[in-house]
Amino acid sequence: MQGAAFADAVNDATGTRLRIGGDWTLAHANDLDPTIRRIAAAHRGSGAWVIEAGALGSLDTAGALLLIRALRVSGKPLDEHRIEGMTAADLALLRLVGSRLDAPAPPIEPHASFRRMLERVGLAVASLVQQTRELLGFVGLMLVTMLQVLIGRKKLRVTATVFHMEQTGLDAVPIVALLSFLVGAVVAFLGATVLRDFGASIFTVELVSYSFLREFGVLLTAILLAGRSGSAFTAQIGSMKSREELDAIQALGLDAIELLVLPRLLALLVMLPVLTFIAMISGIIGGGLVGSMSLDITPGMFLGRLHEMTEMRHFWVGMAKAPVFAFLISAVGCLEGFKVEGSAESVGRHTTASVVQSIFLVIVFDAMFAMFFMKLHI
Amino acid sequence: MSDDLETVIEVRGLRSVFGTQVVHDGLDIDVFRGEVLGVIGGSGAGKSVLLRSIVGLKDPDGGQIRFFGEDTTHLRAEQRQPIERRFGLMFQDGALFSSLTVLENVKVPLIEYYQLPDDLVDEIALLKIRLTGLPAEAASKYPGQLSGGMRKRAGLARALALDPEILFLDEPTSGLDPVGAAAFDELIATLKNALNLTVFLVTHDLDSLYAICDRVAVISDHRVVAEGRVGEVERNPDPWIRECFQGPRARSAQTRRPGLAFDAPV
Repeated sequence: MQGAAFADAVNDATGTRLRIGGDWTLAHANDLDPTIRRIAAAHRGSGAWVIEAGALGSLDTAGALLLIRALRVSGKPLDEHRIEGMTAADLALLRLVGSRLDAPAPPIEPHASFRRMLERVGLAVASLVQQTRELLGFVGLMLVTMLQVLIGRKKLRVTATVFHMEQTGLDAVPIVALLSFLVGAVVAFLGATVLRDFGASIFTVELVSYSFLREFGVLLTAILLAGRSGSAFTAQIGSMKSREELDAIQALGLDAIELLVLPRLLALLVMLPVLTFIAMISGIIGGGLVGSMSLDITPGMFLGRLHEMTEMRHFWVGMAKAPVFAFLISAVGCLEGFKVEGSAESVGRHTTASVVQSIFLVIVFDAMFAMFFMKLHI
Repeated sequence: MSDDLETVIEVRGLRSVFGTQVVHDGLDIDVFRGEVLGVIGGSGAGKSVLLRSIVGLKDPDGGQIRFFGEDTTHLRAEQRQPIERRFGLMFQDGALFSSLTVLENVKVPLIEYYQLPDDLVDEIALLKIRLTGLPAEAASKYPGQLSGGMRKRAGLARALALDPEILFLDEPTSGLDPVGAAAFDELIATLKNALNLTVFLVTHDLDSLYAICDRVAVISDHRVVAEGRVGEVERNPDPWIRECFQGPRARSAQTRRPGLAFDAPV
């Protein structure tokens, strides 16, 4: 019974006769489709048909769908056509498909259009506004909860805080130190290459110390922690959200901010400055090492120059930024975790969003700090 | 059942081992064309492993699996393709691709296997979605926006996309409320009759066994310990079967035994 499917329609005295045969299956649907279109175009509104299905091999839903398509143009419901020579099973299938196709099809949105583009631009702007509002609201909530802890209305979760200090702080020491050391060496090399032409190699010391104390120490640390801890916060809180653990916390009468957010915030507030300090030191060591190995600046000279030329204020400029960045990273990380909905895919999406947003915010705030300190001549 | 029926799946001496844990040892099972076979067993008895071994998601550690008389035990992926087109598999929670809408999910196999005009693909996919009883609005939704029952139906629609001859269902009614589960049973019976399906059903829902299964196979102790009509199996002396079919939950399922499915109107 295997064979190509065919269909042809003729008009005679009794009306339209449609003869069908072969296998009306998905495999032959592509060949049948143009035939059906031709028949449909030629016999529009022609009343009840007679269908001769004696030569029909097998029929599946795709075949039934095509047959119904042809019959649809006649303007009559399926029951008014006479169907001859079809097995009971095939007829049942045809009826089932016919009954399910009666309902109007929902409009399918076009994938790309100018309207969709405008709509998406509008949605993006609206969601940006919404996100900013949410972040500000969340920051407020964090501050209020912190105040309540300070005045003793809420408990400080010491164990959780220390745990997160270990995870976000202590465990990050090797990577932060190594990275700053390498960047310090690179900065020293760059500086030396340019400054040698002016006979001013010794200024490499200032270059390294200024850049690390004011900017690189804290910026590198913040970016690393945004990728390392901010994302972890989102993933931890997000997976709790998707498993309804946050609802359980609420149902038990506990406060998720106090329980989950504050320990993370406090851990970062303490550990980011500490890590920044480590980054500054190892960056300067990296610069000093390059200086002593390839620039004839002995470690003694380096330290002397550092002591003599670099003022303490640079250190404080860098350090002052650390708590602000810590606050940003933990706020964005935790908030994105709370925004997770349902599936594991959502956790992944919000983790990415958390890293991108916190790095973005860290750099924007760093630029604002730079302008601020410049105007103050610090 | 009787011998003149065509065997579509034949499992002989299947052995499955995870580390030192033996799941199946010398398991034999047959699936005949046009029947609904219910596979039941305790948690961890290896029902899902059996299903995964048959469809080729797990390489058996011994034994033989035949589809339509052809040995498929250790086929490579590309040799397996023609067989894979002939069966549909519905996972426990639908396993829909979460980045695609329901309609796109159902279209995936159609687009991958056949060259068809776009509007026809859309129409076939929509038809499958409607056959599973989903409202048409669900077609443009993402799996995350659907309830558990709707996700199962959408998963079923995708399994039916290529008009398979055999339908594998992994615990289709687990996680559904009793009304939803009964409706799903009825849907499977209806589709089985209308689309001429052979259904391999892994379940631990006794209601499903009584409502839609022509034959039941009980897996226990690494093997199929009993197989036959549900009325025969429930009288089997095996201790697990006795506990399963004589327990309080079984009695309520038996009293509600509807028998509606086999001659349900299409």
